[in-house]
Amino acid sequence: MVYAPNRQFPDPMNPPILSIEHLSVTFNHGQTVVDDISFAVYPGETFALVGESGSGKSITALSVLRLLPPNAQINAQAINLQDRNLAQLPEMELCKIRGRRIAYIFQDPMSALNPVMTIGQQIAETVNLHFSLPAQALQQRVLELLQQVEIPNPQQRVNDFPHQLSGGQRQRVMIAMALAGRPDLLIADEPTTSLDVTIQAQILALLKNIQQQTGMALWLISHDLALVSSVADRVAVMQQGQIVETGVTEVFFSQPKHPYTRKLLNALPSITHVKTSAGTTAPPLLQVKDFCCYYPIRKGLFQRVVDHVKAVDGVSFELHAGKTLALVGESGCGKTTLGKSLLNLLPHNSGQVFMDGVALHELSGEALRKQRAAMQMVFQDPFAAMNPRMLIGDIIAEGITALYPEVTGQERKNRARQLLQQVGLPEESASRYPHEFSGGQRQRICIARALAVNPRLIVCDEPTSALDVSVQAQIIGLLKTLQREQGVSYLFITHDLAVVAEIADDVAVMYKGKIIEHGSAKQVLAQPQQAYTKKLLSAVPVLRAA
Amino acid sequence: MTQYIIRRILYAFPILLGVNILTFVLFFVVNSPDDMARLQLGQKHVTQQAIDNWKHQHGYDLPLLWDGHASAEEKLTHTIFFQKSAGLFVFNFGVSDSGRNIGADIQERALPSLALALPTLAIGLVVNICLALMMVLFRSSYLEQAGMVLCVLLMSVSSLFYIIGGQFFAGKLLKLVPISGYDDGFAAFKFLVLPIAIGVFSGIGSGVRWYRTLFLEEVGKDYVRTARAKGLTETAALFRHVLPNAMIPILTGVVVVLPSLFMGSLIMESFFSIPGLGSYTIDAINSQDFAIVRAMVFLGSVLYVLGLLLTDISYTLVDPRVRLS
Repeated sequence: MVYAPNRQFPDPMNPPILSIEHLSVTFNHGQTVVDDISFAVYPGETFALVGESGSGKSITALSVLRLLPPNAQINAQAINLQDRNLAQLPEMELCKIRGRRIAYIFQDPMSALNPVMTIGQQIAETVNLHFSLPAQALQQRVLELLQQVEIPNPQQRVNDFPHQLSGGQRQRVMIAMALAGRPDLLIADEPTTSLDVTIQAQILALLKNIQQQTGMALWLISHDLALVSSVADRVAVMQQGQIVETGVTEVFFSQPKHPYTRKLLNALPSITHVKTSAGTTAPPLLQVKDFCCYYPIRKGLFQRVVDHVKAVDGVSFELHAGKTLALVGESGCGKTTLGKSLLNLLPHNSGQVFMDGVALHELSGEALRKQRAAMQMVFQDPFAAMNPRMLIGDIIAEGITALYPEVTGQERKNRARQLLQQVGLPEESASRYPHEFSGGQRQRICIARALAVNPRLIVCDEPTSALDVSVQAQIIGLLKTLQREQGVSYLFITHDLAVVAEIADDVAVMYKGKIIEHGSAKQVLAQPQQAYTKKLLSAVPVLRAA
Repeated sequence: MTQYIIRRILYAFPILLGVNILTFVLFFVVNSPDDMARLQLGQKHVTQQAIDNWKHQHGYDLPLLWDGHASAEEKLTHTIFFQKSAGLFVFNFGVSDSGRNIGADIQERALPSLALALPTLAIGLVVNICLALMMVLFRSSYLEQAGMVLCVLLMSVSSLFYIIGGQFFAGKLLKLVPISGYDDGFAAFKFLVLPIAIGVFSGIGSGVRWYRTLFLEEVGKDYVRTARAKGLTETAALFRHVLPNAMIPILTGVVVVLPSLFMGSLIMESFFSIPGLGSYTIDAINSQDFAIVRAMVFLGSVLYVLGLLLTDISYTLVDPRVRLS
């Protein structure tokens, strides 16, 4: 995904639309989140503020219009919107700027929209607030805005509630709401992070398109460097509350100066660096034949099953020992259902699963439980995947206790410590609780937990998508090392094609419950056969200057 | 939606049957008719003859579930279960142990109960929501902290204290309203003012705290930030966005108790001598009139099941995301 270069550069003759001077934000009178930063956004340009989670980029954006929770203290020499200093404006005056001169788009459109108001009402509210229009004209303006953000059938959609729209459409509604005030500056805080890659491309194209029509400035906040490289005119990198580097996009990506920037760029997985792997003739470790998972649709007075949602519909594949099969697809395509039901964590309807010759689909009860030693899972959200009231050592050892009851307590302890070392954590971690660790560390613990019972197969369900780029690179590195040393196989479920290129030997593309393309990573990523695969690949943001 | 309601009404039958059987077991098996007669006649100097007489008079001398000696269909109907419990299904409450018609009593006493309970609920709701909104508007200020302390203080005092204190001050010292009693029609107003005021007041502590928690949970959500980013003032965001969303749990919590309002308040009605169903139940318990207690327990469960159904329906009205199927 590359946009035509239409670069705007800061023109010294052209004064900035927004200039921030010496802004600091502290929480609860102590913890400094934004630390004395200064920068400016110029009319008509796209300015990107990038950084990892917790670097303070969202807080910076929210502090401009004082949208932070009450326990945040904002200190700024000046926050100038052209000639007005927002830092000294009383709350009532600021309300007239919010939505009118500066508008926001937030990350998750589902939670950012009011669930009990129709989208029409929510857009009309903004219009009405800043331009009092008669009812007829107001309705007209709302429809016009929905048209501008390319919502199909705005006449009918205007009375829909947010939950009736798809994720992409919800974000379009958010954009329409932001445009309603005809702002001079649009602050988009991770506008595409919660969306699928193809939808992400559409939303970005829409934003750029609208920017060209209206000439507004766009301040984009993102953690995704590849995405930023394709849309931004200027980039600033934030680390621990400070801006460490600012530059024009081309220069920034071709000659990064600050070590942190270089680290971020190096950590970026690239879809062009496909892992090559030798073929194998050994019998497959995991063999799946015509696997189906249906969810019943119940209707009528007695809730009879009238139809099924075919979450997984006749999937077959093989996975060899020590190899990685990436299962790729957009949200809702059935990839997580497949992963969970292969391990019998969800029921399946038909199909056969052979693990090392053992027919998993015929096992139940104790026999199935014993078999779990061979197959483990690593979940997407390491925050939610661990019992917060258990010690790390106990979390890791629990599987050993359950599956190898003959192992003594001391051996278990030793094994847990050894596993912690293996995943790159200090041994002392065993006597600490999950909340004491960062996201990446928690995912390491989850991997150690999966490894504890000596599995032959680990199903990794989006193991890196909740993590920052540099942490993601570390986790992928860890997974690769473990595979080399122990010969584990991974079924790697992901939506991120760049990660696939890093780790996968084979790739299977899922669409609406079916595998539509399957082959070696090199083949699928370099010469996709199916139109859907091509569409997925072309939507992936690529570093421009790399 | 219609199908859902029909299905829920069908579900209600086994539930009520279960309730009926459970009360039957409690009232006739755990506590046998002999015990009942002994309680009615007095513990001492009761002859078996007197007990049998009492049982026969009140129809408790029949077999419990099955009469082997009776003819054909009477095998089932000539039992305590059929005559005393089964009638409840068609709201035929029968005659109390002291010889009164329970159905007529309930009809007569439902109105005073409602006249007390409904205003208490409605006024309490408005007062609690207003106070809670105010605390949320002034959140993390001294005003809120003081309000919270006050709430805890109000909660810490027993409602019996409010009742007796209210009767003493408003009734005895200031002579604003009668201490207790009841009258028909609009004349009931002066008797109801004090119990309603006390009912509302004693509920403020817990009510405000609960609603404040609901509002605070909503205030922290992303859509409120969106509303403020649009340019809405804090107050406008609170009323236009937070209130409708917080009303979902509040309304449904209220709807579930609506049917039960008929049952009246046990304590309030007893203290203020209001001839409602609450005092009716208390009196029945005191005089060991199990026929009335049985009827009230069954009626209570019917109304509760109805309340739950109404709650589910009200969800669809206030929350567009909920669709019943």
